[in-house]
Amino acid sequence: MNPPKPNQKRRVKLWAVRSPLSRKASTSATFLAFILPFLTWCLLAYVPFVWHPLVLVQAPGDSNIPGTYSYLAQGQRVEKSEFDGRNRELVAAGKPKAVGVAANPIYFQAPDEVARALYTAFTTAPERDGDLWLHESLLQSIKVILLGFLWSAVFGIPLGVLGGTFAMFSRLTEPFIDFVRYMPAPVFGALAVTIFGLGEEPKVTIIFIGTFFQMVLVVANTTRSLDVSLLHAAQTLGAGPRQLVFNVVLPGILPALYRDMRILLGWAWTYLVVAELIGEKSGLSAFIYQQQRYRHFDNVYAAIAIIGVIGLLTDQALALVAKYLFPWESGNLALVRLGRGLRRSLPAPKPAAAESLLTIGDE
Amino acid sequence: MSHAEPLSLPSYLDQPPEVVAHLAELYRRRTVMRIDGLSKLFGSGAEEVVALRDISFDVHHREFISVIGPSGCGKSTLIRILAGLDYPTAGQVLVDGLPVEGPGADRGMVFQGYTLFPWLTVKQNVLFGPSMKGTPKLRAEEKALEWLRLVNLSDFADAYPSQLSGGMKQRVAIARALANQPRILLMDEPFGALDAQTRASMQAHLLRICGQVNITILFITHDLDEAVYLSDRIVVLGARPGRIMEIIEVPVSRPRSPNQFLSGSFLSTKRRLEELIHHVEISAKPESEMMAEVYG
Repeated sequence: MNPPKPNQKRRVKLWAVRSPLSRKASTSATFLAFILPFLTWCLLAYVPFVWHPLVLVQAPGDSNIPGTYSYLAQGQRVEKSEFDGRNRELVAAGKPKAVGVAANPIYFQAPDEVARALYTAFTTAPERDGDLWLHESLLQSIKVILLGFLWSAVFGIPLGVLGGTFAMFSRLTEPFIDFVRYMPAPVFGALAVTIFGLGEEPKVTIIFIGTFFQMVLVVANTTRSLDVSLLHAAQTLGAGPRQLVFNVVLPGILPALYRDMRILLGWAWTYLVVAELIGEKSGLSAFIYQQQRYRHFDNVYAAIAIIGVIGLLTDQALALVAKYLFPWESGNLALVRLGRGLRRSLPAPKPAAAESLLTIGDE
Repeated sequence: MSHAEPLSLPSYLDQPPEVVAHLAELYRRRTVMRIDGLSKLFGSGAEEVVALRDISFDVHHREFISVIGPSGCGKSTLIRILAGLDYPTAGQVLVDGLPVEGPGADRGMVFQGYTLFPWLTVKQNVLFGPSMKGTPKLRAEEKALEWLRLVNLSDFADAYPSQLSGGMKQRVAIARALANQPRILLMDEPFGALDAQTRASMQAHLLRICGQVNITILFITHDLDEAVYLSDRIVVLGARPGRIMEIIEVPVSRPRSPNQFLSGSFLSTKRRLEELIHHVEISAKPESEMMAEVYG
């Protein structure tokens, strides 16, 4: 009959179906999402008996002994079977065995090597004159993405909104867009190079083609999903077609439109590599391609990781900005308060003459 | 206690003198909205469904008129036509003698789903109508606050709709519609989504507002108590096809108060409504026929 203790801890189920996690559990899980793959990577890279399919030859033994595997040399990564074969040959000849350690393939870099490369890739001059530094390649890539995405938004958003608002417009544009959107953007690569020549323009064009057609359809869909009763309400309040579009449809879809743009920006990044490899190679893709040719795989991973980091950071930053931009969804009123504070600091408007204001009609 | 005898009620047609006087005065007033021979068909040929048939009645200035009926009687179609959001197949709607061609600011509307603009604050929602007309901002803003005071929400002028309860949202919707100074306020089951307590308090709010503001209201509901409690007259619709069964002049005197819920005139009106609506619901279609319709 004892009443439950008020501070008794409720058991929180971590794997309950469709129920939210506690703040603490959620934060921990987010960290784990990165830490678990990282630990797996460390395990594969540093623990000799996990994977390590090759042998890094440290001392090949007497190379004068002839045999099938006599080609072993110091610093080579060879299959275990080759290494064992050479040792059999050496033992048969009465010589000391070759020395080697278990190793991973050259393309599999350890975390510390990639971490070092993340720094050194920025500070190392390119191997050939005229090649770009990593930060220059990075800026080139970002510029291509942003230009392609901006052009796509400049045309895609208005077309999408019109399509979502006017059934006629949607019928006039969407069937054709649907048709084009199934053509993979890269097939226009050669064409774009012919039209725009080498340089940046054909690459921007590929990003544009890759995102624009999807954008129109996505935006049209978002526009259509606006609650139609809001439009009815606005009409009974006297809004005309123009006012419906600018005062109801646009503000009504703004948060969803913003979310769409976040997703589509990620989409634009996926077209980056294709765009950069057509015509004259450029940007991060050119850097990665080049480093791969020099077998600097640490730099390859560094460049790939940078793309991931940029993507993650922009998305998180955009999500954070959204909280301030759309207070009616997030409940974050910081910007609203700032605006009100600014308005209050302006001179107060003169109050109108006092009279009974609540009159309707003329009687 | 036993109730062997059926409760004896006065006839719903017996109107006390003050109600007779009130109604006579009401009929002398100008007609704000005339609904003239309205019919609405959906589909065509064998698929044709008559949603509304020959609906005619007048709404007088400052009258509170309710439309009630069983589900499927076309109440919502009717109010959508009155608002101009849908078109009749035959007949017309006149506001101050002019035919309705589409939605307009002269007919304000309050919907069951609150339909507040979520991106605007409460005050900005109320300002929406006036700003569509290009009313100078300063004066409109002052008025908006006045309307919010009328619905007891002046403290929430800067809140967003998502921060309000259902009843508060609906009060904002009423203020927003009134701020536009419509000739008539159309209310489509406005309190249908609210819980019983909130509903009762909203009814009280609405009666108070009607006392303070010159407003004509056409109110759709399926709640019999609500219809009797609020209305001067009640238009009872029957289902399939939607048609007027009777227009009841409510014999309950004004001002209204919850005490009247148990008065003889209130109960007799309610019983009459029940009779009309139940009768309609049962005889509309025999169950076997409906089964046949559903299962082919």
